[in-house]
Amino acid sequence: MSKVKVAIIGSGNIGTDLMIKIIRNAQHLEMSVMVGIDPNSDGLARAKRMGYSTTHEGIDGLIQLPEWQDIQLIFDATSAKAHHYNWKIIQQYPDKKVIDLTPAAIGPFLIPPVNFETSQEVRNVNMVTCGGQATIPMVAAVNRVAKVHYGEIVASIASKSAGPGTRANIDEFTETTAHAIEQVGGADKGKAIIILNPAEPPVVMRDTIFTLSEQADRTAIRKSIHEMVEAVQQYVPGYTLHQEVQFDDIPEEQAVFIEGLGYRHGLKTTILLQVRGAGHYLPEYAGNLDIMTSAALATGERLAAGN
Amino acid sequence: MNHKLYIQDVTLRDGMHPIRHQYSKQQIKELAIALDQAKVDAIEISHGDGLTGGSFNYGFGAHTDWDWLEGVAEELTHAKLTTLLIPGIGTIEDLKRARDLGVESVRVATHSTEADISAQHIEAARKMEMDVSGFLMMAHMNDAQGLAKQAKLMEDYGALCVYVTDSAGALLMDGVRDRIKAFKAILKPETEMGIHCHHNLSLGVANTIVAMQEGANRLDASLAGMGAGAGNCPLEVLIAYLNKMGAECNADLFQLMDLADDFIRPLQTRPVQVDRETLSLGYSGVYSSFLLHAERAAKKYGLDTRTILNELGKRKMVGGQEDMIVDVALDLLKR
Repeated sequence: MSKVKVAIIGSGNIGTDLMIKIIRNAQHLEMSVMVGIDPNSDGLARAKRMGYSTTHEGIDGLIQLPEWQDIQLIFDATSAKAHHYNWKIIQQYPDKKVIDLTPAAIGPFLIPPVNFETSQEVRNVNMVTCGGQATIPMVAAVNRVAKVHYGEIVASIASKSAGPGTRANIDEFTETTAHAIEQVGGADKGKAIIILNPAEPPVVMRDTIFTLSEQADRTAIRKSIHEMVEAVQQYVPGYTLHQEVQFDDIPEEQAVFIEGLGYRHGLKTTILLQVRGAGHYLPEYAGNLDIMTSAALATGERLAAGN
Repeated sequence: MNHKLYIQDVTLRDGMHPIRHQYSKQQIKELAIALDQAKVDAIEISHGDGLTGGSFNYGFGAHTDWDWLEGVAEELTHAKLTTLLIPGIGTIEDLKRARDLGVESVRVATHSTEADISAQHIEAARKMEMDVSGFLMMAHMNDAQGLAKQAKLMEDYGALCVYVTDSAGALLMDGVRDRIKAFKAILKPETEMGIHCHHNLSLGVANTIVAMQEGANRLDASLAGMGAGAGNCPLEVLIAYLNKMGAECNADLFQLMDLADDFIRPLQTRPVQVDRETLSLGYSGVYSSFLLHAERAAKKYGLDTRTILNELGKRKMVGGQEDMIVDVALDLLKR
């Protein structure tokens, strides 16, 4: 079976890490073109050195290349603004699909172990945010056992792993992640918090998920969470439960007041995760970047396998 | 350039922490009116962790920020209505909503090394024609020169004032002095400087005065120190000190004394004082807002609060990482 040829737009950290993952690990995808806008970027230089075609003229350069007609899948690791432009062009080629790693969210949100099938129905899927990839599987794991009223996530990342894009637009993280907690995680109301920690040596990404759900069998919730952790580990081996799942009763007389929902009671579930990256192009502590590229790769692989 | 002293009350924001963000709408409104009559220059209102801080991680408030803020601005005759925004928790959309409710002034807060995440928010506040300060939290975790560079970034984004924010109440008097001096050396003369203290080492007033003597003019304080940890610089004590030193300020000492003792102290079900737990915050350099969360975790898991706080300090946890309190408690249990 022939592999699906891919282009990556964006030769920064994310794009370069993704390229290395595709070259090393992909069974159904074949790296074809690396696209950047900075002729001096390390990502383009690496791609060239390894014998792949490159352009530093963005999407406009890509569509001029002879490889373009064989490319079926494009990963966009640029910025939200650039993705809007890129998609306008790619849209004109009905045989090509896009996996969007920017916060543009033109296409529906995609979290591989929760709603992979979405990617078979549309030509553009969005990978939410790093915190979303890490935490929404957990919200969904609770929600498939007990209806989740409210899902809240706290993502703590090493300052060094937060690039200028993230820093310049941190509201995009909180807003996009909160929406995806609702749309993909299944919570009636979602909230997302991100913290940058500058400690040295850099801290490994930590994620905490709190859900408030209807009461349900705790063993069943725990089992569902463990199964989901294993599902994510298929593509992010460093994704682990850092502590046993914690439960607290919130009785009706001590109901909590949640903005947008009013007073709610039920079962509070706390999930404490650690996400260690594979250390391909990015250091191990940057689990936040690794889970993005890994989730994008996992989505691309399954799409290609289904072709 | 000498700026006028500007007394910023934080009773109704930092003061949310000791009562788990449970002020009623009525209490907020009455206290805001009373503080305005006592002529503080600005009154900050929001969840303790800033706009939309209500959460499992920080504690759900009795009301939304919008409910607390509604109808207050109209009642103020002297003081500016202020709020707090922590990027990563609250957003520009939240700030717009606060502005529409009459908030004129905002403090945009980041950890002491992460000023660049505040650029959008400070710029947005300026575009809305709001008064805006940068609020460099956990100031003890960056040295004077480093902190001043972060302050300069905030000034570049448009902040009209930048604060040394001693969230852990861990700075010694020279630590405050050096940081304000470094600010002064690097910031434009028209940029104001502010000081926000916690009383964990009993230095709330002293550190505020040191900062003022070095040129800070915006001084944060709260009635009876009502704030996280051992509380903030107690407002009535600060005003007494300023009066005795002959500094010019608008606030009325006796009215503030009465408010502190008659209204605020009875609310302090968990005393706001320097005790072994709050002293540990200052001693270990831990975010003061962690206090009640750590006490709850200690009770739930049968641990000593101090042990949890010391471990959090050792791990260099920053403001907002309240989720790591239970994590640390569970790690300690395994030992």
